[in-house]
Amino acid sequence: MPPDHDHDRDHLLEHVPSDPALRVKALESVLIEKGLVDPAAVDAWIEAFEKRVGPHNGARVVARAWVDPAFKQRLLADGTAAVAEMKLLGPEGRHVVVVENTAAVHNLVVCTLCSCYPWPLLGLPPRWYKAAPYRSRAVRDPRGVLREFGVELGPGVEVRVWDSTAELRYLVLPRRPDDSEGLGEEALATLVTRDSMIGAGPVPPAGARKSP
Amino acid sequence: MNGIHDMGGMDGLGPILREANEPVFHEAWEARMFGLAQASTHPAGYTVDLFRYLGEQMPAAAYLAQSYYERWYFLTALALLQGGMVTLAELSSGRAAPGFARRADAVKAEAVPSAITGGKDSTRESKAPPRFARGQSVRARNIHPAGHTRLPRYVRGRRGVILRRHGAHVFPDSRAMGGGENPQELYTVAFTARELWGPDAAAGDEIHLDLWESYIEPA
Repeated sequence: MPPDHDHDRDHLLEHVPSDPALRVKALESVLIEKGLVDPAAVDAWIEAFEKRVGPHNGARVVARAWVDPAFKQRLLADGTAAVAEMKLLGPEGRHVVVVENTAAVHNLVVCTLCSCYPWPLLGLPPRWYKAAPYRSRAVRDPRGVLREFGVELGPGVEVRVWDSTAELRYLVLPRRPDDSEGLGEEALATLVTRDSMIGAGPVPPAGARKSP
Repeated sequence: MNGIHDMGGMDGLGPILREANEPVFHEAWEARMFGLAQASTHPAGYTVDLFRYLGEQMPAAAYLAQSYYERWYFLTALALLQGGMVTLAELSSGRAAPGFARRADAVKAEAVPSAITGGKDSTRESKAPPRFARGQSVRARNIHPAGHTRLPRYVRGRRGVILRRHGAHVFPDSRAMGGGENPQELYTVAFTARELWGPDAAAGDEIHLDLWESYIEPA
């Protein structure tokens, strides 16, 4: 009998352990036994995304754009090439587009169809970004969402929502805080929050503490 | 397919819940699931497009009820089943069936650093000149593919303007279905919020999507 793919799809979850921890454990055990995965490679992926790949990467890109006008120009013209200069391309971030917040425009990034997100620059996405409420509302009511996120839009500011439907991954270049003039690139990078690079939060003033 | 995953513009899905100091993974099994999806040997023909398409085929009620990494379990397990690499009995018991042939080509930990700084280029050589130019008025086609598509329902039939051109990219509707890469020009198309959501939307606001050439027609 040929494999019945429709049956697999519709009944898979009835056949496997209902506790997700046990379900994943069973999967890993079988894959190890059959030589289909090396658990040390699993560990390496987890460690990389828990310890090394995260929003501090994107923050370095933003800070450099704030202090180096020529880099900023290259970044906005060809995000992929400029991010490659900093060796920050990778899976879910091989093609990068950077969009700039200005006094007239505020950008917000979403993936309504799944959870596309620039991994090498921001790490793995937070739960809210991957969940139905944000995915459904960001395109329809971006101003309401931004209000909830504490983003105050000045009068006359237009919103641009970028729905990541292809392999281009979007990074928002937030506005530099007014009171950050004396700070160098490294200090500026510590101000830049993950949410500000999604367009989902403000960059706090240099005098304030950093939040997610 | 017009699945539950295509959520743009829906109401009633609850409040956006943000978490202070959120960990990368909330449970140890989520981390294992992430790592397994990345590091395990994929079935022949497995691509990111198939990964997404398998996730879209989760029954709608389960899609809404299950957490993100539970969905990853589903699509990873489904890919392995369809690729003939595991059986339902094995996934259920956690033990390989007697008499299996052990493979020796799993990705090693030493290969992970280069995988993390690599990434797959989805651009391809253009086979035909782009049909649309920057600034041109277009309409997203009113199509309802039964398989995988990256054309969300909320823009179908709506008018927009070509904002940027990105060259030819692998066409997911084709590759996810085993039809080859079939690369075609990719554009960023700008839609006004009012075109999509009516007169109550804010004047001047826009929604931008990356759309392949066969998703759009002159308007």
